Amino acid sequence: MSAQDADLIDAAPVARSSLLRIWLGRLEGPQTFGRGPAFWAVAALVVVGAAVWPLFTDGYTVGNAAYFMVWTFMAMGLGVVWGYCGALSFGQTAFFGVAGYSYGVLTINIGDAYGFTLVALALSVVIAALVAAVIGYFMFFGRIKGVFVGIVTLSVTLVFETFMAQTAAPQWRIGDARLNGFNGMSGMPPLTVPWFGGDVVLYPDPPLFWVLLGLNVLVWLGLRMALNAPFGNVLVAIRENPERAEMLGYDVRVYQVIAFTLGGALAGLSGALYTAWGQYITPSSMGLTAAALPIVWVAVGGRSDITATLLGTLLVLAGFQTLTIYGSQYALVVMGALLLLVVLAAPQGVVLGAMRLLARLGGRGR
Amino acid sequence: MILETRGLTKSFGGIQVARSIDFALKQGEMHCLIGPNGAGKSSFFRLILGEHLPDAGSILFDGEDITRLKSFARIRRGISVKFQVPGIFKALSVRHNLEIAFQHHLRGHDLDATISRVLDFVELADEAATPAGALSHGQQQWLEIGMAVGVEPKLLLLDEPTAGMSPDETHRTGEMLRALNARGITILAVEHDMAFVQQVAERVTVLHFGSLFAQGTVEEIVNHPGVAEIYLGTADAD
Repeated sequence: MSAQDADLIDAAPVARSSLLRIWLGRLEGPQTFGRGPAFWAVAALVVVGAAVWPLFTDGYTVGNAAYFMVWTFMAMGLGVVWGYCGALSFGQTAFFGVAGYSYGVLTINIGDAYGFTLVALALSVVIAALVAAVIGYFMFFGRIKGVFVGIVTLSVTLVFETFMAQTAAPQWRIGDARLNGFNGMSGMPPLTVPWFGGDVVLYPDPPLFWVLLGLNVLVWLGLRMALNAPFGNVLVAIRENPERAEMLGYDVRVYQVIAFTLGGALAGLSGALYTAWGQYITPSSMGLTAAALPIVWVAVGGRSDITATLLGTLLVLAGFQTLTIYGSQYALVVMGALLLLVVLAAPQGVVLGAMRLLARLGGRGR
Repeated sequence: MILETRGLTKSFGGIQVARSIDFALKQGEMHCLIGPNGAGKSSFFRLILGEHLPDAGSILFDGEDITRLKSFARIRRGISVKFQVPGIFKALSVRHNLEIAFQHHLRGHDLDATISRVLDFVELADEAATPAGALSHGQQQWLEIGMAVGVEPKLLLLDEPTAGMSPDETHRTGEMLRALNARGITILAVEHDMAFVQQVAERVTVLHFGSLFAQGTVEEIVNHPGVAEIYLGTADAD
């Protein structure tokens, strides 16, 4: 072994630890709210509190909370596309639906043995991401921008909904999986984890809740790192002034497609998890109402911060469900009014505004 | 030559904004582009930047034909630009603006050192944490100059760099540009302010109705009989 080779081998762990330090350092930065020991102590307390909470409450409430956490990935994806990259997309529900139906088709045909449901979950996310990449490519390389991104993405999701709604006839099937038109596809298995002595079925209640909590934390931390990396800087630059970003040497279209694909993958994760959770998926999950709701969650939370988006989505979902229980016909009207109120009175988002106020009082934050 | 255009021609509808322009810029030169309103100066800039593609002719940068390249690809080859209206990210801090401008080429300590050096150069060291939109107009112009020159471009294009500045700010901007030029950066600036042109330019090109009307040293252009006439509106397009 030459001296140069020895140097390279010796240097490898140092380089890896340095790379790890850089990425961990990106958990905090100009693109995300919250920094310092106090912030992370509060975050850790919230996660630990959430993790032990199912041990002290009933199964229905835990299942309900798991349901809320299914949706947060789609909201965080929209936060990346809209809040950070500046492209208002109504297309999240399209990718949600694509992944949901993909999960159904895969698991109904192949089953749930040997942990295949987890493979199906991953494949569904990949399929949703690929669909998002293709749509994003034609949209952004076609120089579609501004309000037209919203129009195109809304059209895409409504086309998907309309198409799936007319698949009621028996010939609309993929293998054993009938698409079933407006009635939707059902009968797919929940997520299962292969384990010694029998599969662990992640349904309902605590096991699914813990998996979703873990996934939420992982995605949240991962997005914080990505958004505080140079990649996130470019997204924000595109949001603020795309012409200037291009004149700094960035191929704006490539970054927009990457952000859109990431958003689509996260919406797909929500879609597949939702299908596994409820064991059904219908075309209305891609309809007009479904497409508008993520906009409300993200706007109310605060689209320019991923933490605010996550917390805001959970809050609005909990509020929406309460309204649905106590005044079903008015719930959507209230959601619309809430969006209007936020746009007019707190355009930065209610949760983000509250977080900034708390940070000012405590002398910390972004 | 660092930049050369050959027979550069562009029309929008019936209006010809560039009429077979042959232009050459020497390495290390400090060159100003002047002309009355509607002369085609900004269109010429946009053709060089790739925001418009020419109907005919070619653009060579550092010996390479860049006529059909996208804007970002031209920037990556070493062209940098400062727009007339400050093209900065107003919601972000001054430091964040510079970080976004330089991260393409620099990382870690090199990036931090360059940002500190540029903050000093554009006299914004005390404003590093200030949102760029809260700076004065002149400071915003300087920030954009800093964003454009931090990674030492081969060619700096400036579209009216002193627009809206006070006489003092204009003079200080001229000093900045001379310092950059002394470091070897070739500069091509569109400018209306003749006092500024006289302060900084080695050579001047006059455009008129999309054509190259005159070219020479500052003195030659100031004493050119036709130049005064086109500014007063008495010279014909040809």
